[in-house]
Order: sequence, then C-alpha cells, then structure tokens
Amino acid sequence: MNAPALKVRAEMIGRIHAHGAETYPHECCGALLGSDGEGSREVVDLVPLANRRDDSPRNRFEVTADDVRLAEKTAREKKLELIGWYHSHPDAPARPSEYDRDHAWPWYSYIIVSVQKGEPRDTTSWRLHDDRAAYDPEAIEILAQPPGI
Amino acid sequence: MAVKVIIPTPLRAYTGKQESVEVQAATVGEALAALTGKFAELKKHLYSEDGRLRSFVNVYVNDEDIRYLQKDQTAVREGDTVSIVPSIAGGAHKRAS
Repeated sequence: MNAPALKVRAEMIGRIHAHGAETYPHECCGALLGSDGEGSREVVDLVPLANRRDDSPRNRFEVTADDVRLAEKTAREKKLELIGWYHSHPDAPARPSEYDRDHAWPWYSYIIVSVQKGEPRDTTSWRLHDDRAAYDPEAIEILAQPPGI
Repeated sequence: MAVKVIIPTPLRAYTGKQESVEVQAATVGEALAALTGKFAELKKHLYSEDGRLRSFVNVYVNDEDIRYLQKDQTAVREGDTVSIVPSIAGGAHKRAS
C-alpha cells in the first residue's frame, strides 16, 4: 500500500537545507509541524533543534525528551501537530540507517537530507513499518506556495 | 490506584486512537504492564527484544522523569499522570573514513 505523498512547502525544504548546510559536517535535526488528516499530511512549520550528541555529531543526532516536549508544546501553541522529524546525513546518502530504524516509531515522517561537501542534495522522507522491520519511502510533494494564497 | 497514561500520537494507532488510557497500578512498571497487557501491539514499540524499555523511550510521572526517581519501581498515586515521551535519535551509516 502506498501512503499518500507528504506535502511540504518549498520554504520548509529551503529551511531544512539551510540548517543542514549550517551544521555541516555535523548532523542537523528538528521537528516537523503540520497537519495529518484523512489521506493527507502536510508540513507547514519547523522547530530546528540542537543536536545533543556531542560525542559523534558527524554521524549521529539526538533530540532529548525535553526537546521533544518543547516541540510538542510549540505544535500545540500553533494549533499544529508534531508529525515527524528531519535530520541530515553529512557526506552520506539520504537513506535511513539501521541505527535510524532502531530509534524510530511508526506514524512519524522522517525527512533525511544528504549534505555532500556542505551542499544539500537529495531529500527523502520515510515511514517505519508497523512491525519495525523496515522503512517505506514516502513521496515528497513540494508545494510552491501555501494553498489559498 | 487508577492512573492515566498519556499515549503519544504515533502510538495511538495501537490503542484504538485513545489519547490516554486509565489503568490500575501501584508502580510505573505495573502501569506499563497493564497498558501493554491491554494493547499488546504497543509492546514492541516500547520494549526491545530483551524486555527492557527501548533506550529512546522515556517515561514521566507527572513532570518527573522516572530515570531520576526509582525507574519502573517508581510509585504512582491515584490521579497521577504517566507520560511516554520519545527522544529522537538516528544518524548516517558508519563513516567510511
């Protein structure tokens, strides 16, 4: 079964890319805020967060539970939902690693941007299977501008 | 003791879309066991194969992280709220260099 595409406003892709370039060669991370309805999910805002992995920030990221609670609170205040997370893979493909899979939950959208030599390249999104065995790629539909404007 | 367990959005698919579930328990461990007893599909997302809470799964009683209390032996009282909060972790494959 193919999940519907994740709609992402172009401005948000730009902000994720900028964050990935800014923290290169370290991983960046942040929360995706938006809406999740019947067959439609859209990212309309971001909460950029600090990568708390000081020991191995080039190939690991961590968002602490306190930062997760902050992102949830921000979502509630903006009347949005916390629908997923983004992070970068510096000089590595935009594909989830085994480590990613061990630390994920279903339902969330996980956007990964590959940053090669400081330049943001491929951007992908993934959803974990219910049985935790693998990820499904989630198509990204980039919206040129907010609907209705 | 009746305590309320708040279910994070990603796991509501396994609790019949309930945002919170009331269980009878005297400790956090009992509350989570009652929860996963009621909703078996939750178990693999909270616990790893060795039966321990997954490293990225954090549990709070009211606003206190149980890691700084008595972990799963932390006592709960009537009306307490138990929250399950993930920390988010991941990263690229091992570096070649």
